Amino acid sequence: MLQLLWLVVAIPVASATLLALFGSNLSRRVVAVLGAGSVGVAALITLLIGAVFLASPPMGNVYVQHLWTWMSSGGFTPEIAFYLDPVSLLMLLVVTFVGFLIHLYSVEYMHDDEGYARFFAYMNLFVASMITLVLANNLLLLYLGWEGVGLCSFLLIGFWYRDPQNVRAAAKAFIVTRFGDTAFAVGLLLLFTRLGTLDIQDAMHRAAMQWSTGSSIATAAAALLLGGAVAKSAQLPLQTWLPDAMAGPTPTSALIHAATMVTAGVYLIARTHVLFTLAPSIQFLVAIIGTVTMLLAAFSALAQRDMKRVLAYSTISQIGYMFLALGLGAWSAAMFHFMTHAFFKALLFLAAGVVIHAVHEQDLYRMGGLRKELRLAFWAFVIGGSALAGLPLITAGFFSKDLILWQSWAGPNGNAWFWAAGMTGALLTSLYTFRMILLAFYGPQQLHVRAKSGLAVRVSLVVLCSLSLVGGYVDTPPHFGGTPALSNFLNSVLPPLEEVHIGPITETMTVLSASTVFALGLWLAYLIFGPKRSRQPAQNLLEQLWLAGWGFDWLYDKLLVRPFQWIARKSAADPVDVPINGLAQVTVLGYRALRLTQTGQVRWYAAGLALGTAAILAIAFVAR
Amino acid sequence: MILLDLILILVTGGIASWIAARRSAMVARWITLASLLVNLILGIGIWIAHLGRSQSNPARWFVQCNFNWIPQFGIRIHLAIDGLSLALLLLTYFLGIMAVLSSWREIRERVGFFHFNLLWVLAGITGVFLAMDVFLFYLFWELMLVPMYFLIGIWGHERRIYAATKFFLFTQLSGLLMLIAIIALAILHHQSTGIFTFDYEQLLKTALSPRAARLLMIGFLAAFLVKLPAFPFHTWLPDAHTEAPTAGSVILAGLLLKTGAYGLIRFVLPLFPGPSRELAPILMSIGVAGILYGAVLAVGQTDLKRLVAYTSVSHMGFVLLGVFAGNEIALEGAVVQMISHGISTGALFILAGLLQERMHTREIAAMGGLWETMPALSGAGMVFAMASLGLPGLGDFVGEFLVLLGAYRANVPLTVVASLGLLAATLYGLRVAQNAFQGSNPHHWKLPDMLPREWMVLGLMMVGLLWIGLYPQPILNTVRPSLAAAQQSAFTQEIVRR
Repeated sequence: MLQLLWLVVAIPVASATLLALFGSNLSRRVVAVLGAGSVGVAALITLLIGAVFLASPPMGNVYVQHLWTWMSSGGFTPEIAFYLDPVSLLMLLVVTFVGFLIHLYSVEYMHDDEGYARFFAYMNLFVASMITLVLANNLLLLYLGWEGVGLCSFLLIGFWYRDPQNVRAAAKAFIVTRFGDTAFAVGLLLLFTRLGTLDIQDAMHRAAMQWSTGSSIATAAAALLLGGAVAKSAQLPLQTWLPDAMAGPTPTSALIHAATMVTAGVYLIARTHVLFTLAPSIQFLVAIIGTVTMLLAAFSALAQRDMKRVLAYSTISQIGYMFLALGLGAWSAAMFHFMTHAFFKALLFLAAGVVIHAVHEQDLYRMGGLRKELRLAFWAFVIGGSALAGLPLITAGFFSKDLILWQSWAGPNGNAWFWAAGMTGALLTSLYTFRMILLAFYGPQQLHVRAKSGLAVRVSLVVLCSLSLVGGYVDTPPHFGGTPALSNFLNSVLPPLEEVHIGPITETMTVLSASTVFALGLWLAYLIFGPKRSRQPAQNLLEQLWLAGWGFDWLYDKLLVRPFQWIARKSAADPVDVPINGLAQVTVLGYRALRLTQTGQVRWYAAGLALGTAAILAIAFVAR
Repeated sequence: MILLDLILILVTGGIASWIAARRSAMVARWITLASLLVNLILGIGIWIAHLGRSQSNPARWFVQCNFNWIPQFGIRIHLAIDGLSLALLLLTYFLGIMAVLSSWREIRERVGFFHFNLLWVLAGITGVFLAMDVFLFYLFWELMLVPMYFLIGIWGHERRIYAATKFFLFTQLSGLLMLIAIIALAILHHQSTGIFTFDYEQLLKTALSPRAARLLMIGFLAAFLVKLPAFPFHTWLPDAHTEAPTAGSVILAGLLLKTGAYGLIRFVLPLFPGPSRELAPILMSIGVAGILYGAVLAVGQTDLKRLVAYTSVSHMGFVLLGVFAGNEIALEGAVVQMISHGISTGALFILAGLLQERMHTREIAAMGGLWETMPALSGAGMVFAMASLGLPGLGDFVGEFLVLLGAYRANVPLTVVASLGLLAATLYGLRVAQNAFQGSNPHHWKLPDMLPREWMVLGLMMVGLLWIGLYPQPILNTVRPSLAAAQQSAFTQEIVRR
């Protein structure tokens, strides 16, 4: 059964190719069947594979499928081969399953768009690339998937290509992530040169054998990979592309810019965690980046007016939590939060899509009172939002966030600062989430609801709602009588975290505090943005700064974009050509000057001859 | 004999199509196409025959032919083919066919003479890739030049005379330096052995003093670096590429530049191993400078063909870097880059040609929003722009990554700087992809999408890029022995730092 693994990639690739080549001649029904069906089949195969994997685990809990050797040159032999272990299986399940739900939703949501086939071609290509990224057994193949998802992200952000703003957003996403990709590529060069392989398992094994902890080479390698991860996962300082990426169709935002692609950085670090363990300073940096990003993005989310931008900043912030977990060495916790986040954030985006579709408006301050007419979307928002904010015990997000919060204190790298920052972040999360819900669904209704959702949309929302509620029960804290099934499952790949700090902060205290800040956030949101308050976006300076994402765009524009544009513009005429054309001009001038002497008058020629002879004789005389 | 036939078919095909064009332009086109197809099939035949017996027969050359020509000076008609020549010849005929098909409608004046020149350039290129007599090599080197001059000068665009003259002067002057070096090499060989010969394999054994070797190498380098082109000798290229007709640009970018790289691998590395090692850091730096310079200038261009031309400067910088990095990975990467750049850049020039045929402009500012009216053509443009910016899965990535991987062993800082080229490539790639095809169609273009013929051309090129991108092994296996031979003398012991 596991031999079917390659089909999970091949089927979406085939359907993407068909749609790209013949999509414009196919009926919408066929496009929908191909587009969503291919991912559905991939999800089914994944379920089968997952069941077999769990029922009778292969040797060493790993299954590798070799397809062919990509290239072979001077000892460099990356393969096209897929590597299935608990971590990639978890990713694969989430990608195909959530991916299928989003495709199903898109069948209805995108139905009236003229680029229907093009949309599904891009989306299928994305799914195939993402699966390649997840399953790659070597870093070069992972890089192929990595760039492939980047390409699809670019194509989908600019999907409505007629609007120059979308085109700019697409370019920005591509360019900013390529910064990280370049660092990643240099990292690959370094790893291969020093370790002699890019096979992930071999490379990690050799690194652990050859490099000592804290050595400069391990630090450099980890730093370069981190560069790639930071850009892809929209962490500081390369987070600026994600809010603008919301220009893409909403299903795209749900799939690529919330559930899957942006967590590729988290996956990369978890995959190569051995390297980060060897470079404690970089691992600590990961935690710092995660914490700072989490807080800054949460503040920004608090000030956004555009519903999708709130969710975008929220995604940045939640991935910050995952980075914090990675930095602490809580690898499984990061993967757990990735999973629950994929459920509830996809749900929130899809619900946002319903709202936007219904009222043709994304500005929260122009919405309001929508809970009566958009009941399903409202409940989806409540459930997804509660999971995001961490409503205790009955939502998935609570368990994963709680695990990170507890380990931010208890783990070997943990300390009270991380714990406090995590709690602050949780408070802000609760606050901005309920601000969004209150502004959109409570208060006086201002907009007319034009469209109701159909079956496909409702099914995908309901399934995601239930996953956002029960998805957390796969890993419940043992302290309270639960079983950490997911963490145990991942343990063969991702070593468990030692709990070294016991007291004064206890696990009970963490749970209680997390529940308290959830309630506090809800209460504050009700006080500030509740139905009885006046609905004016705040104008103070700090909120302006938050709204503008702390001014990173402005800074990069001044520091990088404009100087580069200036150089490109000034040098476009090729400065090297100047002396060469100058030489040509001097030649032409010389030729014109000499031509003047050709007068046809013999006496001038005779005089010239005589003068020349005299000059030569004089030189000969002097030189002697 | 089959090697001589490759050249003769093109030469006679050229004459035949010139004559035939008096009656019908269409016949001339078909004659040209047929000659190239025959050559492509012959080339594939040589390849298959070689694959069949490569294990049993480890001889250096697959096929040879060797006649006396000017016995007084030991000049012979010596043609021989090995993996490197074969790979480049297959590329030559493939791109030749693409060039003919893409100018099917574009060229309407003096059709016969056009195809005559086209086939004669390709005959010259074939000769360059086959000649194993250095004098004969020089002859073919010059043979490429004259018909190309006519192609640019007669069928080119607005500033064709300027561009053709510049092209001619640059290549001719640098070629003369090579001629001097060739003659000097033969004389030195004569002095040490008493035999007058221009034979490649004989000259490889010439004992040279380090000083002489350095001087002679500079003569060869001059010709090859200008042709490649390496920064700062590249300025003929943007003009020539921009002004040439589509077929001319395809052949220039796809093939003529490759003769420079071929010369470096075939002649400079094995003839002058010592100075190659000495000058490697400088030459690699020139390569890196070209990568970045070409990329930055490409971003600033407003003319689509000029933009693509500068990307060639950038891509060929990778080739130079790879050739002199001094290890197997980088050199093999350089050859993959040569082939896949030929296809991806050739395709971009064809694309620019299709646009110009329809819109009568090459200005990027006059485009925009073309996706609306030509979705298939724009989609193809997107694919080739992505290939050019080095997207994994397409050919250019394999070449560039292998070059960087090899170069990293030789020189870490240079390689890190070179990899910034990947970043800069994003900028020009997106400029092509976005400014031409996306946006709002402000000029309200209503244009016909790709014709079946155009579909076939670009489709084949896409398949080629995907093949190189996902399974380059057949190419690597074919060229490996030739590259090993070239490198053996130049970089005897490869230092691998762990």
